[in-house]
Amino acid sequence: MYTRSYKVSVSIPPLLWVTIFLLVPYALLFCYSFWSVSAGAIVRHWNLDNYRELARSPMYLTVLFRSMKIAAAVTSLALLLGYPLAYFLSFYAKLRKDLLYQLVIIPLWVSYLVRGYAWKTILGSEGVLNGFLQYMHLVRHPVEFFLYSPFAVVLTLTHIYTPFTFLPIYASLEHVPRNLVEASQDLGASPAVTFWRVIFPLSLPGVLAGATFAFVLALGDFLAPLLVGGPSGIMISNIVVSLFGAAFNWPLGAAISLCLLVLVVTLLFVVERVEKKLSFS
Amino acid sequence: MSTAEENHRGGSFRRRPAWLGVYAAAVYGFLYLPIAVLVIYSFNGPGVGGFPPRALTLDWYRQLLSDLALWDTVANSLLVALAAVAIALALGLPAALALDRARFPGKALFRRLVLLPLILPGIITGLSLLMLFVASGIHLSLLTITLGHGTALISVATTEIFAGLQKLDRSQEEASLDLGATHWQTFWRVTLPSLRVPLIAAALLIFTLSIDEIAVSFFLIGRSNTLPLEIWSRLRRGITPEINAISAVILCFSVSMIVLWYHLRRRREQPEAGAAELIQTSLQKETA
Repeated sequence: MYTRSYKVSVSIPPLLWVTIFLLVPYALLFCYSFWSVSAGAIVRHWNLDNYRELARSPMYLTVLFRSMKIAAAVTSLALLLGYPLAYFLSFYAKLRKDLLYQLVIIPLWVSYLVRGYAWKTILGSEGVLNGFLQYMHLVRHPVEFFLYSPFAVVLTLTHIYTPFTFLPIYASLEHVPRNLVEASQDLGASPAVTFWRVIFPLSLPGVLAGATFAFVLALGDFLAPLLVGGPSGIMISNIVVSLFGAAFNWPLGAAISLCLLVLVVTLLFVVERVEKKLSFS
Repeated sequence: MSTAEENHRGGSFRRRPAWLGVYAAAVYGFLYLPIAVLVIYSFNGPGVGGFPPRALTLDWYRQLLSDLALWDTVANSLLVALAAVAIALALGLPAALALDRARFPGKALFRRLVLLPLILPGIITGLSLLMLFVASGIHLSLLTITLGHGTALISVATTEIFAGLQKLDRSQEEASLDLGATHWQTFWRVTLPSLRVPLIAAALLIFTLSIDEIAVSFFLIGRSNTLPLEIWSRLRRGITPEINAISAVILCFSVSMIVLWYHLRRRREQPEAGAAELIQTSLQKETA
């Protein structure tokens, strides 16, 4: 039905854009990671120094592992919060389902900065939380560790990424055929058994998608640590930011970014494979 | 009727476990607590911290209104957002069409690349684009920020429009072509009008995301700030309640955009009236 010239003219502009603004930049990232910096200028001498430094230096590895731990914590918490919410909305909400759904996606699209800033004002030693605790005479002095700690980073990122996990889980729960659920109940299974043996397995693709989203985005996050993390809450992307800023070492920063990119793409690849095995329809 | 549409009518089990409702309410509370605190304290006289909030005042909003430097950056953000919508739609539309209709070598890779910025942390998109601009000698400015937003948000446009294309009735286009229209005419008069709702929905979403965008913009900023970047740099200097006030304003704006977007998308589920019916009835007349 569609002529060749139609298909060509429709494919060329986006292909061009993707090449110039995605492929070429990634290629540049690749090239930079093999160069080095000397006396404030970038030396285009091809070498593996950056990667060697990354593999050997304890600092980068420590921060990377801390970032992965934070990302894993965020993902688990976001799933723990998002899944029951999705389950409730999909299976039990009747009258206000639409409204309740909107109430979940609204925080998702509302400014990251606004939400991160809000947590900053809540968790500080002069913030709302400490004010509340002191007002209720639960503590006498402000609790310091709420802000500028990995705790604050995990809390903020969980808040940001819970709607991210909710969405795909809700979508997959909505597609669970209700007659299967009814059949399970008719055969005498309790709601708990029905859930674990019928509903949950069918929702796994959504869980996987949500978890991947949350993990990848949390891992590469640099804003929350800057807002609420303090020195102990630094994540791998913050190191990259400073390498592109005051620490001026673009090649090393590019090397870390490239590792992050490869990690993300590999993870996506693996998840896609697993998802294919899991989907029944 | 698809399973999802059936299920949307809601309710499945007879008895709802009490704890589930409480848990769900708690999660909603968690999601909205910081937002509520932010808004409440934007009216708080003594400022951002402490408890309980007292001395309600509109002072911070008055201060906000007279802060011209801030409104300059708002204008920048609006400009960038409009341009980003234009770029993302202008490229997302052919991209969606290509994914829907064309077959070419590397299509799978193309699809992945187009969708990649959605899941990739903003720092990678931002830094790689920074390298592009440095390598090509383009100075960082609002233009580079716009290009960054366009690149990051083209995935949103493609996804929305692609979903709209899937729901499109292909026979209308076929009929148009059979009746002698060229591909271009068919596109303008049949395809595009039926994509009106997905296009508007995509535009709303992209606009809102662009206004709020900070991760990619962080690396592409020149001398002029966008609104989020301006707020960010002020935060480095210290927290002022004026920031609460502008955040509350941003919140209101984003929320209304998102609610609008959501209702547009829900409307799409209903059968399309107008041109589609005309073509169908005229076809029936011919064969009758």
